[in-house]
Amino acid sequence: MKRAFKVIIISLLIIATGALTAYYISSHNIAVLEPKGMIGLKERELIITASLLMLIVVIPVLILAIVFGWKYRAGRDAKHTPDWEHNSIAECCWWSVPVVIIIILAVITWKTSHELNPFKPIHNGKKPIEIQAVALNWKWLFIYPEEQIATVNYVRFPEHTPINFEITADAPMNSFWIPQLGGQIYAMPAMRTSLHLIANEVGEFEGRSSNISGKGFAGMIFKAEATSEKDFNEWVTHVKNSGKTLTWDGYRSLVEPSEYNNVEVFGNVSEHLFDQILMQYMPEGK
Amino acid sequence: MSLLGRLGEHAFKHDMIEYGAGLSMVLGGIVVVALLTYYKKWGWLWKEYLTSVDHKKIGIMYIVVSAIMLLKGFIDALMMRAQQAFATGESMGYLGAEHFQQIFTAHGVTMIFFVGMGLVFGVINLVLPLQIGARDVAFPLLNSISFWLFTAGGLYILVSLMIGVFAGTGWTAYPPLAGLKYSPGVGVDYWLWSIQISGVGSLLSGVNFLVTILKMRCPGMTMMRMPVFVWATFAMMILVIFAFPILTGTIGMLSTDRLLDTKIFTADYGGNPMMYINLIWAWGHPEVYILILPAFGIFSEVVPVFSHKKLFGYTSMVWAIAVITFLSFLVWLHHFFTMGAGANVNAFFGIMTMIIAVPTGVKVFNWLFTMYRGKVQFTNSMLWFMGFVFTFVTGGMTGVLMSIPGVDFQVHNSLFLIAHLHSVIIGGVVFGFFAGYSYWFPKYTGFKLDEKLGKYAFWFWFIGFFVAFFPLYLLGFMGATRRMNHYPDGNGWQSLFIVAAIGAY
Repeated sequence: MKRAFKVIIISLLIIATGALTAYYISSHNIAVLEPKGMIGLKERELIITASLLMLIVVIPVLILAIVFGWKYRAGRDAKHTPDWEHNSIAECCWWSVPVVIIIILAVITWKTSHELNPFKPIHNGKKPIEIQAVALNWKWLFIYPEEQIATVNYVRFPEHTPINFEITADAPMNSFWIPQLGGQIYAMPAMRTSLHLIANEVGEFEGRSSNISGKGFAGMIFKAEATSEKDFNEWVTHVKNSGKTLTWDGYRSLVEPSEYNNVEVFGNVSEHLFDQILMQYMPEGK
Repeated sequence: MSLLGRLGEHAFKHDMIEYGAGLSMVLGGIVVVALLTYYKKWGWLWKEYLTSVDHKKIGIMYIVVSAIMLLKGFIDALMMRAQQAFATGESMGYLGAEHFQQIFTAHGVTMIFFVGMGLVFGVINLVLPLQIGARDVAFPLLNSISFWLFTAGGLYILVSLMIGVFAGTGWTAYPPLAGLKYSPGVGVDYWLWSIQISGVGSLLSGVNFLVTILKMRCPGMTMMRMPVFVWATFAMMILVIFAFPILTGTIGMLSTDRLLDTKIFTADYGGNPMMYINLIWAWGHPEVYILILPAFGIFSEVVPVFSHKKLFGYTSMVWAIAVITFLSFLVWLHHFFTMGAGANVNAFFGIMTMIIAVPTGVKVFNWLFTMYRGKVQFTNSMLWFMGFVFTFVTGGMTGVLMSIPGVDFQVHNSLFLIAHLHSVIIGGVVFGFFAGYSYWFPKYTGFKLDEKLGKYAFWFWFIGFFVAFFPLYLLGFMGATRRMNHYPDGNGWQSLFIVAAIGAY
């Protein structure tokens, strides 16, 4: 009687936990599992395929653990073979089945590593937009080299247009990540990395740094907004008319550490600012 | 430059929480000293333990020191969970950003170097010489020196609570953040000395035990007759001997960067921080196998005993260990797929990583088939094994998931990763240690541990673990990264952080 009661309580608890989890997932935004960009979608697909493949081994293991534990527990009159310690067929089985699964996964890995390589440009017939991102202490500077504008902690781009991010840092290492669009790449001083993303629909996405960069790290967040092409062009004109200019001297004062920086926009940016930031770290004369 | 260098009044200035921690530590120390004096045990302690070169006593001391450090690391964890349960939106929580960053750094260093390594070396010291029929290890004095180097390293972390600060860079202390430019204070120096000293201790132990296993087995014990725990230790010591010199060298170079301004790992003047990251993980990944292999060894001892059966597939087990040992040096790059290596390089390291799942899976199957047609007694050791199967298999699965570069781009440095690593380290190393601890405990003390209390302990750990870490998997998918002292509100993260905090308590 007491035992049955225990079993009921435990199963109720498990069901309640499951229901709560399901409710939580359905009512919140699980960024990685609800991507809004092509890269993110492919990455989600990969997560699901790989998980299912692994469950082929994982589920039997968990079932075996429970069944063997139950069936062969002491005090129960099950078959006992104390000297049975080797069976070539069985062992071949659990060397080879995982090997086959890993071979399948390896092929998938090889293909997707090339397909989802952050350095690989996206082609969809449209001219990509160039955005340069610089991690500073502790804010993100975005430079639009073609439009000659710049923003801080805010980035906007048109939907359905490939985005070529060029990324560096004038600070400790950071990692540039917009979970709903997919992928991330380190932002490192003296290095130029790139990340190619695309937004499939209009929307506002959270972006952040995922690599510890000092005191203000938690505040290194930015809004990334995908809008229609028309809205984007209007916004560019609007920013251009805002009057503020980002020169090298202005940049030097922007570099000073600050936390939870507000959004700033600059209507004019001195040419080759991004390269200048990179070149500071290069030995002179090279 | 004054006589005391950078040590001045300011080094003792902290906030209330740190004073509290320092004070309780000093009080604890005073109580211990007072008790020792009252019971006139100083002579006994000095002769029987502190100066002892007996492997059993050194083993016990390793475990005592690790237990103290576990308490400290655990308090760190609770403080982090409490901070993240509250610090959202308007509220900044009760810890400052810099203090929070010191806590997670100290937590990582404490748990890996002074709990994980300490427990593992403790059990090996206790058991290994007896298993191979040796009187002691090959170099008993060296063994004692290793232990004291390990303890000295741990003391650096404790001292930093009271004098100066600890590093706030994360436990792997990536430059340029850990360089002079961005961390001019003494924090990173504490980190360097602490790990450098204990690292040398580990290396010396590695040599010591390798020689012991090769040279001091009793007559008739050929390699293929060694207990699997001895095999696991043998493989671990090979890893120690290959990996720890890398750590010593890397940290040495970071030290010269900080002390002599050599600019090896700076971003400017031709330095290369990416080199540091490669090197630290060329040590760091073997390090996790250094911790887990002995735990595998313990399970290979415990499962047959309590199943009343021989271990299934001894030869497979040994080969699995050998394969893991070899591969563990070919996977370090999976810690930074996001650093911009080419697709070929990423894919290679990803595939190498997932291959490790094969021998590990074989081991799990062999243990399960040791239970098959046995008479399984669910003693505490066996419960820890069952707990290990569940946590480690989920941890392993998320591990293989992350070894695919395309997936890693989305979960790197997120809380998903944190949940994974705690699954394998708590589920593997800690549960493994507990299994061995309750199994071998009577051998050193003469009495058995209480089974009932042990069962409570197990269920608290097991359920607490799932409650504390499963929300983190979800949070990782929601885009929450590690090491945040604060996060924006309105995205529902807080409720999960609160659940995780409850689990941790």
